[in-house]
Amino acid sequence: MAAEGGEAETQQKEETKRHTYPLVRTSDMNDELKTECMELCVTACEKFSQNNESAARMIKETMDKKFGPTWQCIVGEGFGYHIEHEVKSLLYMFFGGTTAIIVWKCA
Amino acid sequence: MPSKAAPEKKQTHPAVGAAPIQRRLSQSHRGSVTDARDDDQELGNMPTNYMGEHNFFGRQEDQLKLTDAELNEEHTRILTARNPQAAENIVRFSHKERMFKLIPHVDQLAVHFQLDSHLVHKESEEGKRQLMLDSEDVKIQEVEVTTSAAGPDGETSKEGDEDDDEKAKKITASSGKSKKLTNQFNFSERASQTYNNPSRDRETFVEQTPRASFADNVSQWSISDAYNEDFEHQQKAKEKEQKKLVVKKEDDRKKKFVAVDQHGVDDITKLSRSKSASLSLKIVERMINQNTFDAIAQDFKYWEDAADEYREQGGSLLPLWLFQYDMVKKLACTNLTWNSHYNDLFAVAFGSYDFLKQSRGMFVIYSLKNPSFPENIFPTDSGVMSLDFHPHYSNLLCCGFYDGSVAVYNIADENKQPKYHSTSRNGKHTDPVWQVSWQKDDLDNNLNFFSVSSDGRVVCWTLIKNDLTYTDVVQLKLEKPANQTEEGFPLISLGCGTCFDFNIQQDYLFIVGTEEGKIQKCSKSYNNQFLDTFDAHHMAVYAVRWNKFHPKVFASCSADWSVKIWDINYQEPLFVYDLGSPVGDVVWAPYSSTVFAACTADGKVYVFDLNVNKYEPLCEQMVVQKKRTKLTHITFNQHYPILLAGDDRGNVTSLKLSPNLRKRPKAKKGQEIIDGPEAEVAKLEKILSLIRDPDDVRNKSTAQQGATTAVSGAN
Repeated sequence: MAAEGGEAETQQKEETKRHTYPLVRTSDMNDELKTECMELCVTACEKFSQNNESAARMIKETMDKKFGPTWQCIVGEGFGYHIEHEVKSLLYMFFGGTTAIIVWKCA
Repeated sequence: MPSKAAPEKKQTHPAVGAAPIQRRLSQSHRGSVTDARDDDQELGNMPTNYMGEHNFFGRQEDQLKLTDAELNEEHTRILTARNPQAAENIVRFSHKERMFKLIPHVDQLAVHFQLDSHLVHKESEEGKRQLMLDSEDVKIQEVEVTTSAAGPDGETSKEGDEDDDEKAKKITASSGKSKKLTNQFNFSERASQTYNNPSRDRETFVEQTPRASFADNVSQWSISDAYNEDFEHQQKAKEKEQKKLVVKKEDDRKKKFVAVDQHGVDDITKLSRSKSASLSLKIVERMINQNTFDAIAQDFKYWEDAADEYREQGGSLLPLWLFQYDMVKKLACTNLTWNSHYNDLFAVAFGSYDFLKQSRGMFVIYSLKNPSFPENIFPTDSGVMSLDFHPHYSNLLCCGFYDGSVAVYNIADENKQPKYHSTSRNGKHTDPVWQVSWQKDDLDNNLNFFSVSSDGRVVCWTLIKNDLTYTDVVQLKLEKPANQTEEGFPLISLGCGTCFDFNIQQDYLFIVGTEEGKIQKCSKSYNNQFLDTFDAHHMAVYAVRWNKFHPKVFASCSADWSVKIWDINYQEPLFVYDLGSPVGDVVWAPYSSTVFAACTADGKVYVFDLNVNKYEPLCEQMVVQKKRTKLTHITFNQHYPILLAGDDRGNVTSLKLSPNLRKRPKAKKGQEIIDGPEAEVAKLEKILSLIRDPDDVRNKSTAQQGATTAVSGAN
């Protein structure tokens, strides 16, 4: 399952441009679900910008409420994972330039 | 009831039915006994202080340990019936009196603790009473047992005795102490036997939701890379959009330019000038034509008029392609000739027969494969009156013009100028050249052709290197009939030649038709002398043709509405047909000696087969589309069963001959069909022999040729 690894990659990149828009890396959700899930992730990460755990909790619980259990979520800046998910319910996105969010459903 | 049975029942009943009850009782007794012993032991260990009367109710270990003094201390509590918790001023709305009313009586009862007892204290009055009752029951039972034990059966009585003893002991042991005194209103035995519902297995299978595994490593650099990549994509997309906008603008500009350019040079004309492109364009053109005229092409190739099978005599002509060209709409078709080598290629000459409307001329080369547009177009200054393809050099075409000149064209040549052209300096005709015809190469192997013109000359033209040299072969002097008196005009008037044809066997022999209606039999070797003269027609002779097989038979047609078939040796025509309109042309079929076709000025084509019908045409058909269109010329294809008919509006119609028009004569039984020229000659000869009454003909001929015979006889 998931292995939440080292977070807090504090090393700031000295780049002229830092992109902060939400970037969907991988997703097999249908468009409607994807959009909603993406918006939820963005909201959660903006709300708990300093606390990934709360953000993950919020995403997980909201998804559970909206789309039925059981959703899992990882929010972090550096980690590795190997997950098994139900098809049509995986979203792997980046947000804020440093944060990776993966949401999937697996009962 | 019998008295015996009752005691028996009573005996057996306790022995069987009461046993479990006894046992249960005994068990409970035993259990209580042990309990009691344990209690005793525990109590033994405990300090004797606490072993008062109260400890029977059991004393909890965490219970406060109070000294006697404390226990004896008096606490005064005044208990009132008034409930301090109850509200004192409850007001409720009375609907009866429509006002709030104070409720004076409030329930003052407060229950703090309630416990229904399910056991009865042993030493309470109730307990004692119950114990008494129980013990009485047991005694009665014992009495019953003892009475029943004195039964007749030894064995059972013995066993019964033993059981009874045991029971008695047990009862006496337990009765004092441990009989559970239950509160019979409230007690329920907790252990109870119920039916166990049978269990059943149920299973279902649910299809597992499809799953996939996914793995990745998240790190700052991978996130950054992903962002950069995505950003680049976005940038590129933006650039493309911008480019599109720019391109659109440029396109608009270009369109304007193109619009300007179109006034200049057309791309397609440029393209068509290149050789390779023109070739492929030609191929495409032919493909398109093949598609457009598919039905006609199929007819040309395969269609046969089925009606012919039911017609004894007679056939039909199926119109195929119509060859039209805008540039020659106002010109008349003045000649038609098939190419000697390519069966689908033919040349059409255009000019005008009207003396007052002479203008430019043109001859065009058509192919059957492309009916919509000529293969080649040769515009000329003067009207083209006659054409002939060279029999061996199929690209060489000689033509005669209205202005009297003759020319030789190489139709394969790019520049559409004549290779040889006669001018007034080198003996051109002074009148329209009505017919030209290639001849065999002369002794020096020079190409040569003949021409006939209204100026009365028949000229042989020889192509020597770059020059066109001429030789006058015949001058068509008008001869007065012998019976008319010589008026002695010194002026020599020449006849107007309109047509000529060379004999197929004797290539020096030819006949010339004139405007005066005469047909002259001439020879190359006699310069200004006719071998014979036929008073053939009353008006201008338009065509003379030798039969393709028979060396002595020829046909002529004229403006006097008639077509005549002649034998060169007889002055009188063999057949005369009146077609009711000036006959523009007559041609023999290349496949049969007895078939010929003629076209008339009222737009009809006639096809005759002497073998089938000597008096009527097999086919008489209107082929022009508009009324008052004259057919001017007609020609058979050497290979295919089709005819071309040209009219004076510049159209050329191709017609397919129905099977009856090209039918071979049926063979009689046992007779072999002989093919070939000899057979054809024989066929025609047979018909001719039927026609000419030998005696009559001979007489006539002798009468007319009396002079010559006399001369010969004298010689």
